[in-house]
Amino acid sequence: MTTALDLSRPDTFPSKRDEDWKYTDVRRYLRAAPAPSPTGAVRGGGPFFDLGGEGLTFVNGVAVGDDRFTAFADGIVRLRFVSDANGTGHGAVATIGVRAGRHLTLLESHEGHGSGYVAHNRLVIQVPSGARVERIILAEDIDDALAVTQAEVTLGAGAAFSQTVLTTGAKLQRIETRLKHPGEGATVRIDGAYLLTGKRHADLTTEVDHIGGDGLTDQLTKGVVRDEARGVFQGRIIVREGADGTDARMGHHALITSDRGEVDAKPELEIYADDVSCAHGNTVGALDESALFYMQQRGIPTDEARALLTEAFLMEVVDRIGHEGARELCRAWLAERL
Amino acid sequence: MTDTMLSISKLSVSVSDKPILKGLTLDVPAGQVHAIMGPNGAGKSTLGYALAGRPSYEVTGGTATWRGEDLLGLEPAERAARGLYLSFQYPVEIPGVPALTFVRAAVNAQRKARGEAEMTAPEFLKAARAAAGALKMDFDMLKRPLNVGFSGGEKKRMEVLQMALLQPSMLILDETDSGLDIDALKVVADGVNALRSPDRSMLVITHYQRLLDYIKPDRVHVLAGGRIVASGGPELALELEADGYDKFLPEAVA
Repeated sequence: MTTALDLSRPDTFPSKRDEDWKYTDVRRYLRAAPAPSPTGAVRGGGPFFDLGGEGLTFVNGVAVGDDRFTAFADGIVRLRFVSDANGTGHGAVATIGVRAGRHLTLLESHEGHGSGYVAHNRLVIQVPSGARVERIILAEDIDDALAVTQAEVTLGAGAAFSQTVLTTGAKLQRIETRLKHPGEGATVRIDGAYLLTGKRHADLTTEVDHIGGDGLTDQLTKGVVRDEARGVFQGRIIVREGADGTDARMGHHALITSDRGEVDAKPELEIYADDVSCAHGNTVGALDESALFYMQQRGIPTDEARALLTEAFLMEVVDRIGHEGARELCRAWLAERL
Repeated sequence: MTDTMLSISKLSVSVSDKPILKGLTLDVPAGQVHAIMGPNGAGKSTLGYALAGRPSYEVTGGTATWRGEDLLGLEPAERAARGLYLSFQYPVEIPGVPALTFVRAAVNAQRKARGEAEMTAPEFLKAARAAAGALKMDFDMLKRPLNVGFSGGEKKRMEVLQMALLQPSMLILDETDSGLDIDALKVVADGVNALRSPDRSMLVITHYQRLLDYIKPDRVHVLAGGRIVASGGPELALELEADGYDKFLPEAVA
């Protein structure tokens, strides 16, 4: 797609004819510009409320207060994208920055209410030299929503960015992260987990572009697909000419627990440098039958055995979250939805 | 009411439409330890899996009852809750589930199925510590994902630890000695022997006589060609060790 998605311009809606959107065909569901969503009201404090910190909230695309935040000290910011609309569309743009050497925990929630809304969230995140940002996303859109989130992340030398997306999908949902990796000691962890039921669709798309040498990228995405749901993983890691010493690894592993579930995975490593260490692994399968039988033999009923194995499978992603409070909160969030 | 706990009659089992057990008959009375010996491919493991209810082990004929109740109509977890325990030849690794979490889930699932009160976390931890101590296991190992990265000996100890905590009334030990050095074998055998009691029966499946030096059977049966072809006292195991299984192979029997 050459032109950035703009909800007011149907000619910018991507379709399966766009290579990057071949599994997530926005145009199939959205042909005309949706009517703009009315202003809405904030409900509650969001899923991360108990962890404190500063708040940055958008309701139906409109910022309640500031639409940008720069962390001058170490801390937490809770970024909430609230949709509360019926059949209308809205877009939000949030800008997150952090001062050099500071640590920010960005707790982002996508909270859906109403029906049939179209949401387009954009984020610009800048992580300068020596700064550290951990972005954790809980995305809970409603069944018939169409939601696209696009983040552009820029890192400075020696910066650290880590990300964990947990999502239950939507009618059509895409969470996309594009990251410019300068190398020079900068490190990136970019993880995700999807747990999809019914006819839900979740697309986790990432692009990490190593433009300088000696950078690290570590990616783990896991998914569980039930019923007629569809999971999409597109992970692209580019290592530019001269980006020697790059160390990049990518893993995507999915379980399909029904006959009609679907997973589409497109891992891509584009390597133009010579001296790099890159690896990727991709598996799609069913729950391990021998493990299931073993658990049943010890007295654990089938449903409970399945839930335990599914939880264990996905929790590997949650275990990698650095912020302890957020990790425990995410563990509970996921366990409730198994 | 007899004192027969496990009664298997003319049991036939197929795997992928291939008949493995062909009319096996066997009774194990309460409190007794019976050994099943036989050459490779005789159907020893199939017997254990079929009794435990493993999917894809299709019972094509015969019966198996446990304390008079039809075992073959029950789900695997229901069989476990009634006291059936199969110790696996190759215990399964379960990434992401700590051993302690797993065993506690199993103990409480069985208790719940029997209408008993669940074990609280402190009660369970105390019992698990005691069981691990008796098996000379490092308790911290139980905090790791079940069997992941465990050595062969550690996996077998985990099997015995689970027996100790689940207190089954019918134990099936499938090649429990495989992969164990002599010290580990003694520890495992001591753990099993500690569970011998008048109201608990055991079926010890083994290819070699060695294990039976440590877990002494009341009866020894030879399984060949899908049937029990000979039964006797412990001396039968020694005879097999000396002479091999040749005279019991299907060609010789037929």
